[in-house]
Amino acid sequence: MTIVAKAVPTCRGGFCFCEKMLCAQFVDGTLANVFLTIGQVLVILAAVFQAVFRPFSRHSPSLAEKLMLTEFGKILIFFIIGAMFVAGGLIASWLLRPNRPYPGKLAPYECGEEPVGHAWVRFNVRFYVIALIFLIFEVEVVFLFPWALVYRELGLFAFIEMAVFLTILLVGFVYLWAKGDLDWDKPRPQVPTLDQIRRVHVETEQEQAVAAS
Amino acid sequence: MGLLDYKFENSNIVITSLDNLLNWARLSSLWQMQFGLACCAIEMMAASASNYDMMRFGVIPRATPRQTDVMIVSGTVTLKMASRIKRLYDQMAEPRYVISMGSCSNCGGPYWEHGYHVLKGVDRVIPVDVYVPGCPPRPEALLEGLMKLQEKVRNESLAKKAV
Repeated sequence: MTIVAKAVPTCRGGFCFCEKMLCAQFVDGTLANVFLTIGQVLVILAAVFQAVFRPFSRHSPSLAEKLMLTEFGKILIFFIIGAMFVAGGLIASWLLRPNRPYPGKLAPYECGEEPVGHAWVRFNVRFYVIALIFLIFEVEVVFLFPWALVYRELGLFAFIEMAVFLTILLVGFVYLWAKGDLDWDKPRPQVPTLDQIRRVHVETEQEQAVAAS
Repeated sequence: MGLLDYKFENSNIVITSLDNLLNWARLSSLWQMQFGLACCAIEMMAASASNYDMMRFGVIPRATPRQTDVMIVSGTVTLKMASRIKRLYDQMAEPRYVISMGSCSNCGGPYWEHGYHVLKGVDRVIPVDVYVPGCPPRPEALLEGLMKLQEKVRNESLAKKAV
């Protein structure tokens, strides 16, 4: 079995997160590139190793201390393993899945009906204002929770601080209420009256008469 | 074509082992398209409910064809619905399977002769893997159809010629 990769671009050396690092490398005649890529991977791994393991200490460090993880190192390892899981799933499904696309299969799903229009639907701009307002008051709640936790220790100071904060937000709330951003404008269709219809009808008849004469 | 899909002429021990794993994964999680057409759908719902518990076979109803593996055509396929069924089948991701449930979708059933509005069998628009007879079939019958489909999936291979 030979895995045929895409055309491998020449590398300029150094760190180069290009496509060739991600795709399979077992192509005839590109052995040099393979070694180059392995070298790059090793350099990256060494950098990661340095970042993860603390190399320096105040007193002469023992090996165990050298290999001790920093707190951020644990997070980094967590991120690396998480990325590996995602990449592993994607690569495995890319290897194993059948891939036979045709227009009917790629059509947007609209509950079995014939797809109408584009899949990128425009949303009403009024949702933007509502989302913005929601965000502001959500942040307010986010600040309120830690404040409630330390309220007893800080006492009056915390109360005044939060009162100032809430007052500022309240002023904003009053402003947007007065400005009418909370009113949801309903469309007001202008239904033509009978007179209008009659007038238009008469006008077209006159035009036709003019055109005929 | 996928990278490994039907890329091998003959199977060998690596491919058959991979086949075993892959088929086991596929037959144990046959996600079902969540839609019903007629009275057979009531029996399908009964099969999904706790007495028969179709979910123990890994059959989970999904509301979009992009996530489904098996389409259970449960009931009378009217001509209007047939074009929708064809479109939904098209939009399912492969590998995809179809269970035709009940006489109506097998062959038109009681509408065979005088049903001006009924498709005489869903296999006229989409390929069917398993036919479940009955009018409507009991939930046990649907479960057996499901197990037949699992047997079919178990014998699939990445190679063009299976051993």
